Amino acid sequence: MNGIEIINLSKTFKNRTAVDALNLSIQQGEMFALLGQNGAGKTTTIKMLSGLLSPTSGDAKLMGNSIVTQTAAVKQIISVSPQETAVAPKLSARENLILIARIYGFSAKDAARKADEMLETFTLTERAKDKAKSLSGGMQRRLSIAMALISDPQILFLDEPTLGLDVRARRDLWKHIEQLKGKITILLTTHYLEEAEALADRIGIMSRGRMQIIGSASEIKEKTGKVTLEDAFLALTEGEEALQ
Amino acid sequence: MKYTAFSSRNAKEIIRDPLSILFGIGFPVILILLMQLMKASIKDMPPEMFQVADFAPGMAVFGLSFITLFLGLLIANDRNSSFLMRLFASPMTGLDYILGYSLPMLPIAILQCAACFLTALFFGLPFSLNTLLAVVVLIPVAVLFSALGLLLGSILSVSQVGGISSLIINVAAWLSGVWFNLDMIGGVFKNICYLLPFAHAVDSVKAAVSGDYGQILPHIAWVMGYALLVYILAIGCFKKRMKS
Repeated sequence: MNGIEIINLSKTFKNRTAVDALNLSIQQGEMFALLGQNGAGKTTTIKMLSGLLSPTSGDAKLMGNSIVTQTAAVKQIISVSPQETAVAPKLSARENLILIARIYGFSAKDAARKADEMLETFTLTERAKDKAKSLSGGMQRRLSIAMALISDPQILFLDEPTLGLDVRARRDLWKHIEQLKGKITILLTTHYLEEAEALADRIGIMSRGRMQIIGSASEIKEKTGKVTLEDAFLALTEGEEALQ
Repeated sequence: MKYTAFSSRNAKEIIRDPLSILFGIGFPVILILLMQLMKASIKDMPPEMFQVADFAPGMAVFGLSFITLFLGLLIANDRNSSFLMRLFASPMTGLDYILGYSLPMLPIAILQCAACFLTALFFGLPFSLNTLLAVVVLIPVAVLFSALGLLLGSILSVSQVGGISSLIINVAAWLSGVWFNLDMIGGVFKNICYLLPFAHAVDSVKAAVSGDYGQILPHIAWVMGYALLVYILAIGCFKKRMKS
């Protein structure tokens, strides 16, 4: 069974098609990067897969559960780390983690234990009692991802996890994300092509709501005849800007 | 029981904002102090003006109107920061959100009312079971202001919530008979005031304080009716927001 199986998934807003008959299979434990320019349909795809938006047509199976008919089951096994840092600002780092664990049904004791584990894993133990709003941008992003992982999800959606971070904080976060490879299924969206190349097992490039190509970074370069992933990306999304 | 973890978080977010405490509890208490000291120092002031048995119930209602501001801002900020997007992808249901946002307002409301009546005791308000009854009568008033906060937070931006909540706080103050007897103006103005729930809220609490039990239900029924209507509207808007 695949971790994620997307079948003819489409989303239309009034007369604009954001995602157009998308088909994609992602294996369990695979890290898949979804690339595309702004408005390509990446975030809409993640929102549909995580039950935040209803598809106009098509379906997707997450660990065998349909996003159309089994939304509650899907929400129990997934987690989302949104594009912007999504933490409760006046709660401490530890309180944020406990809150999410409790929402996913952990007992108070287990939630506290899991929170301490996450603080350790994401090197936030020293700032555990500090309010989330007082943490640096990089630390807030680490906390945001730790909050997404505390429920032991089988599938994790990382929407632009390093957006706005400086180089050091980004590389630091990469290390944490790399440690998740093989353990859970991850769908990652990013604007940073080097991030996709460094982290993902496979990459898909979307343009105008359609998947243009799927493969490893080297396969994409080979198929497009380009030397770099950036050149391949530009070639595959050419003309999109003029249409936007 | 997911709502208990969520409501605990919401209570912390509000209580940890010193401005909430200052405005919600401190402001009505300061007004009671000022008016009663002024009344004591101006010998020619008519005895019925700002009489503590009438003024304290009005201030208790006025204090509760700040709940709309607290709750509206909390929800709008959650939406603004993507925190709600994370939660919408979790197994929490619509009912968990409504209870989670509304329940923390009750202890805050009781604290506000207790502060108002305790201050009034120093200025001659006799303590009796009627004082406790007044606190009970104020619960539907708190529910009404919570519903308004839920509605505003669901449909407006952070800055809009600030503006519209201030308008509601002012309307609740000036059209409820707190500052002047509505019979002094009478006519269409008085009729309009009694079409809104705020004057009924003040009258029901005054009736409780004075032991005029027969007058509680006719007035509090208006408040409960408005609370129910606004809650239905707020829940509809919130659920629509969850799906959009």
